[in-house]
Amino acid sequence: MAPILEVRNLTKKFGKGKETVTAVDSVSFAIEPGETVCLVGESGCGKSTTGRMVAGLLEPTSGEVLFEGKNIKELDSAGFRRYRQSVQIIHQDPYASLNPTQTVRQILTAPLLRHNKVKNRAGAEARALELLEVVDLTPARDMIDKYPHQLSGGQRQRVAVARALTVEPKFIVADEAVSMVDVSIRVSILTMLARLKEQFHVTFLFITHDLALAKYFAWTGRITVMYLGRIVEDGPTQRLITDPRHPYTQALLSAVPEADPELAHRKRQIELREAEIPSLLNLPSGCTFHPRCPYFVPGECDQRVPPLEPLDVGGRVACPVRKHEHVPLLV
Amino acid sequence: MTKGKLDWQMDEHQNGKAPLSLQNVHVSYATRRGKVQAVRNVTLDLHAGESLALIGESGSGKTTLGLAIVRLLPETAQISPGVILYRRDGREVDILKLDRNEMREFRWRDCAMVFQAALNAFNPVLKIWAQAWDTAKAHGWHDKEAVRRRLVELLEFVQLDPKRVIDAYPHELSGGMRQRVLLALSLLLNPQVLILDEPTTALDIITQRTIIKLLRKLKEDQGFTMIFISHDLAIAAELADRVATMYAGRIVELGASEDIFYRPRHPYTLGLIRAVPTVTGGFEQLFSIPGSPPDLIDLPSGCKFHPRCAFATDRCKLEEPELEEVGPGHTAACWHWRAVEEELQRNPLHRGVLSVLQAISFNAEEEAVS
Ligand SMILES: Nc1ncnc2c1ncn2[C@@H]1O[C@H](COP(=O)(O)OP(=O)(O)OP(=O)(O)O)[C@@H](O)[C@H]1O
Ligand SMILES: Nc1ncnc2c1ncn2[C@@H]1O[C@H](COP(=O)(O)OP(=O)(O)OP(=O)(O)O)[C@@H](O)[C@H]1O
Ligand code: SF4
Ligand SMILES: [Mg+2]
Ligand SMILES: [Mg+2]
Repeated sequence: MAPILEVRNLTKKFGKGKETVTAVDSVSFAIEPGETVCLVGESGCGKSTTGRMVAGLLEPTSGEVLFEGKNIKELDSAGFRRYRQSVQIIHQDPYASLNPTQTVRQILTAPLLRHNKVKNRAGAEARALELLEVVDLTPARDMIDKYPHQLSGGQRQRVAVARALTVEPKFIVADEAVSMVDVSIRVSILTMLARLKEQFHVTFLFITHDLALAKYFAWTGRITVMYLGRIVEDGPTQRLITDPRHPYTQALLSAVPEADPELAHRKRQIELREAEIPSLLNLPSGCTFHPRCPYFVPGECDQRVPPLEPLDVGGRVACPVRKHEHVPLLV
Repeated sequence: MTKGKLDWQMDEHQNGKAPLSLQNVHVSYATRRGKVQAVRNVTLDLHAGESLALIGESGSGKTTLGLAIVRLLPETAQISPGVILYRRDGREVDILKLDRNEMREFRWRDCAMVFQAALNAFNPVLKIWAQAWDTAKAHGWHDKEAVRRRLVELLEFVQLDPKRVIDAYPHELSGGMRQRVLLALSLLLNPQVLILDEPTTALDIITQRTIIKLLRKLKEDQGFTMIFISHDLAIAAELADRVATMYAGRIVELGASEDIFYRPRHPYTLGLIRAVPTVTGGFEQLFSIPGSPPDLIDLPSGCKFHPRCAFATDRCKLEEPELEEVGPGHTAACWHWRAVEEELQRNPLHRGVLSVLQAISFNAEEEAVS
């Protein structure tokens, strides 16, 4: 199948002169229609920057974004508008993304009318009620007159999802969409998002720093791991979490606290050579993980940037030294 | 680099008595809208050398309970009724009866609390050394060299390079480094009990692991008595001997970590566990808890969990259950804990290392609800 979205050598630099940071460095991946891909990695590794470029909210310094096979830079203005509607982004903080002076009705009907998705006000109202049902904000008639501050964090996030759905997107970038929601209700929001995949054939790029959520949401999809602006490994979720090949992926998976005492005590402990993450302003040469990596080979790892190479077990990894080594995570 | 033992003056012989006993503790906040009942009827013994995790959703009263123990609540808060007893070296004090000076002493020498928001826990214009010296001076230390030696020792213990940290300002350190400095400072005066509020929240995964390893070392090598407060169940699974689940200001279940994670008896604890995935375990079927936590000003009648509870009956709407024994050293406050036990026999938790690595339909939740 042709990918719905593809990025090629996507790069984003911020700042000027000595202060320039490369937040995203030559990132390439393709996502097929209906696929769920999770982008994971620690704070500052470039996940949101990648997501914003994918959604057309941020212009890449270099590299390309292709949506439905077309380079978005080559679209005419009508085409670009269609692409911007087709790719919606849902942010972490529903407080910040909803206008506090508008009711749910206004929040949902305005884009429906503006983008001519409905014929008139009555149509907009009916569609808004439908969308509230879709995101499980029921009874919809009670919800539609509420202001954001009258809703819980989880409910606000549902409104944000409903608003994204007003323009009938084909692709949703969910950037830490449930990170601020209490654990007890996260799952119901994830389930609702998963249902959109089936119901509306939406493809997801799900950005999270929480590997357990990534595993759950993309169980039959893929996970892409970023470190300091680069992809270090990707692959089918079940392979990646049971047989990670990049030493950084291994370090990350072994470090995640587990909500299960037996797993917590049987996790392999991986000692890094250096605890602190380097600054983007002063990136190590070669593989940027080399100062911390337990398998560092002097003269090799610090000399050239390892290419992201295909793995026989599925996916890609950027570590020629360890790409064939299986490391069990439980001992 | 790190010495095996620091010169803690631990007293593990409390004549069998718990260093900290909370009896029927209530805390409320006065607000314009009314009285927020943040903690209700908490009775709890913290044993010497144990680590206890307080878990529960946002707003369940975890931080309030921690603040009550070290009496750092804002003025609008009131602890009443309630008794908090502290025991060390054979003496026993009622914390709620200590005066300001005694309380200050207690807070550093006996029971130290390490806060969640690591940046504003510091004085931003003082270097780390100055913060330590100020604290030590205020507690009657005069020997600058001795304090410096101790701080260096503690910074090494928390795996920081003292040379790099001691003359730094708080903002010059990363979040993980600040959290470790706070931990070192809290140990300065040899407290017996440590309360850590969200010790790893907002830190990156690898940094979280560093902190967890350190806390394990404090617990296992140094025998500290610790309370971990977290909304993150993983912190409890990683660090706690015993776990207390809080809901709407009350402890609704208390037991050994294994009991809580594998044999929960309160529907709320079960709900929390079924809501969080593991990473290296298999694929768990997850469910969320319907509804949202109650308004603490206008609490529901009966069991405070009944509006969200799948096991609730009419009795739950009328009568509030007390903690009762559901197993050895395991208590739960639920009229229907036996029904929870039966439910777990029908639908076991897919947890632990053996859980199956196979895909289960994502719609499990909806099927289960209907
Ligand atoms: N507008 C900007 N101007 C300057 N620097 C920026 C800007 N946006 C992001 N950055 C920098 O780019 C890097 C990557 O940021 P990004 O937000 O993409 O990370 P992230 O992986 O989403 O992190 P988090 O998990 O904290 O959300 C960071 O160092 C960040 O400080
Ligand atoms: N100073 C205050 N004045 C009024 N109400 C307060 C105050 N501090 C806390 N509360 C309320 O008391 C309840 C318990 O709050 P607390 O901070 O103890 O919860 P928590 O379990 O620590 O939650 P979190 O996981 O969000 O930190 C909440 O409903 C909160 O809104
Ligand atoms: S007492 Fe009733 S409402 Fe409360 S937790 Fe038990 S079953 Fe649910
Ligand atoms: Mg981000
Ligand atoms: Mg708190």
